[in-house]
Amino acid sequence: MSTLAEPRGPGVAARGSMTPIPHRVVDVVHETRETVTLTLEPVSDGIVAPVAGQFTMLWAWGAGEVPISVSALAADGRLVHTIRDVAGVTKTLCASRQGDVLGVRGPYGCGWGIDAARGHDLVIVAGGIGLAPLRPVVHAVLAERSEFGRVSLVVGARTEQELLFRAELDEWWHRHEVDVRTIVDRSSPGWSGSVGVVTGELVGLEIDPASTRAMVCGPEVMMRVVAQHLTDRGVAASAIEVSVERNMQCAVKTCGHCQVGPFFACTDGPVLPWDVVASLLTVREL
Amino acid sequence: MTSQTLAEIDRVVLPAAGLDDLFDSLHAEGYPVLGPTVRDGAIVIGPITSSDDLPRGWGDEQDAGVYRLVRRDDDAYFGFAAPAGTWKRHLFPAHSILWRARVVRGAPVIEENEDHPGRRALVGIRGCDLAAVAVQDRVLLHGAHPDPVYSARRADLLLVGVACGTPASTCFCTSMGTGPSVGGGADIAMTELDAEDPARHRFLLEARTDAGRAVVARVSARTATAADDDAADAVVRRAGSRITRTVDNAGLPEALRAGAEHPRWDDVAERCLSCGSCTMVCPTCFCTDVRDEPNVLAGTDDRVRVWASCFELGHSYLHGGSVRPSPSARYRQWATHKFSTWWDQFGTSGCVGCGRCIAWCPVGIDVTEEIRAVAAGPTQEQGVADGRHDDG
Ligand code: SF4
Ligand code: SF4
Ligand code: FES
Repeated sequence: MSTLAEPRGPGVAARGSMTPIPHRVVDVVHETRETVTLTLEPVSDGIVAPVAGQFTMLWAWGAGEVPISVSALAADGRLVHTIRDVAGVTKTLCASRQGDVLGVRGPYGCGWGIDAARGHDLVIVAGGIGLAPLRPVVHAVLAERSEFGRVSLVVGARTEQELLFRAELDEWWHRHEVDVRTIVDRSSPGWSGSVGVVTGELVGLEIDPASTRAMVCGPEVMMRVVAQHLTDRGVAASAIEVSVERNMQCAVKTCGHCQVGPFFACTDGPVLPWDVVASLLTVREL
Repeated sequence: MTSQTLAEIDRVVLPAAGLDDLFDSLHAEGYPVLGPTVRDGAIVIGPITSSDDLPRGWGDEQDAGVYRLVRRDDDAYFGFAAPAGTWKRHLFPAHSILWRARVVRGAPVIEENEDHPGRRALVGIRGCDLAAVAVQDRVLLHGAHPDPVYSARRADLLLVGVACGTPASTCFCTSMGTGPSVGGGADIAMTELDAEDPARHRFLLEARTDAGRAVVARVSARTATAADDDAADAVVRRAGSRITRTVDNAGLPEALRAGAEHPRWDDVAERCLSCGSCTMVCPTCFCTDVRDEPNVLAGTDDRVRVWASCFELGHSYLHGGSVRPSPSARYRQWATHKFSTWWDQFGTSGCVGCGRCIAWCPVGIDVTEEIRAVAAGPTQEQGVADGRHDDG
């Protein structure tokens, strides 16, 4: 290759589709043993404000880039991401400290159908880190509570210690505006809540299938089981949204990694209605 | 030349002995030329400075798992089928640096690769490969985020197509509607005529765009006659009639989707080595990996992009595992993408029928046979999927 272009001033790059925009880490919160929430601020120019359910590509110098969902919507170009350390780039990102500069591309993908849920009951089901992309949905509901019917949030985690946003969950629970239920795979001393799989908590929910919409995010097997449970109870598959996770390297439909049958998780998803993905997510190794 | 009318410039005949006139014209118009040339016993795409660089007198023999050059008994310049090399390599490089980061005043500054090759002419591109460029245009140029590397290399191309007179047994362009004639997208379409007779060996050049006309206008050529046109038609007709491989596209996308659990996928997986050779030679495959290459001494970090293959185990890697661990699922992904889901994604087939994947498969797997078997039958007993998977 010939020459690379000269810098155009600190932090400013021509915005090619694959070029990260520098952002500074302004806040670091260690949520659980393996999850960290980073708040980022643009070094100079920021990105377009994301919506709930979208993700960005976060880049750490020398380590690489990974898709990370937006875990809260913030003002002034700030970005909030909650990252689980699953080795590789995420380990580097989780080790970020205040003042570090990371790169951001995005926001990408289709978010949750919050507008479609207005006037409906809403069942939100999150497993593990799956609560991160759903947290902005809860924020949106609480900000305009009267816009929605009955709203329930079922949160599953492996253990109590791995429950994400624990303080916020408690706060939501105390407000009594959303029916908050938590369930863990394994009990630990002091845990008085439910133990088992998330569908165990769903069984106890009163559901009016005709007016219910659902948003589900977690491990694929959990999303399948939850969607099955809800459709068995009469909720339309088209009223259930899931967030599909795949290997992503470009986020702009050119690297090929994130395909799920005819869909690209990065652009057609990550949020997709269950009626269009059910047949794909139930074929082994598709 | 000025006395010629536009119509006369549009269709002219150049004697084979004057072929260098075309290259001179291209150079005069500012186009360095890429074209077919013989290297290491195969026809690849490389720089062409004169007609001497072309594979004159060479033909090829291609079959499932077979590619070899053979001497022709004439001096045809384009007497072979799909080259072993792809034009894709020059438009969508196997390795590219997307950007380079360096630290300036405590923060990374990211400089994009603005490498721009400028004008280039692709001379001798077949109908199938021309269609492959159009397919890659849809993927890499016409999406919401045009690819910077591809668009820089695609921008100033002049496409000089050549009708195919000698298809190989692996070709099925007629099924895919891409050949053997030179379809849309070419600036100039050529047909090589009467190569067996040195006295009549000539090229019919048809300028189809203004850029093409500007080149053809510089060539010392006579206006084409009806006899030249007839001869060119006959070349294409004869070639088309010699193509024996077929794909029945009617209902194929739906049939492949419905056949996700067909036992044939397991059957082909018994033979497939998951080597990815088929994807590397394919002119439309676009999958890539990206990685960072930090250079501690230089204080830089390069974002490098390289070709990838859906046959690699890591292609669908997610949290310690692969979405498609079995070779069966990976073959299914490749073939179904080409002939079915590509339509959903990009409104076209992902296959142009060049046959390279058939010739270059080390175990001679013929994708047309595999998809025909899947499309043919509802044999669902013990396919890839016995039911649901149990990830978690
Ligand atoms: S799938 Fe095979 S025949 Fe089709 S375009 Fe690719 S290499 Fe050519
Ligand atoms: S089909 Fe042939 S070329 Fe393709 S991965 Fe399998 S063995 Fe390799
Ligand atoms: S992440 Fe590259 S195509 Fe979706």
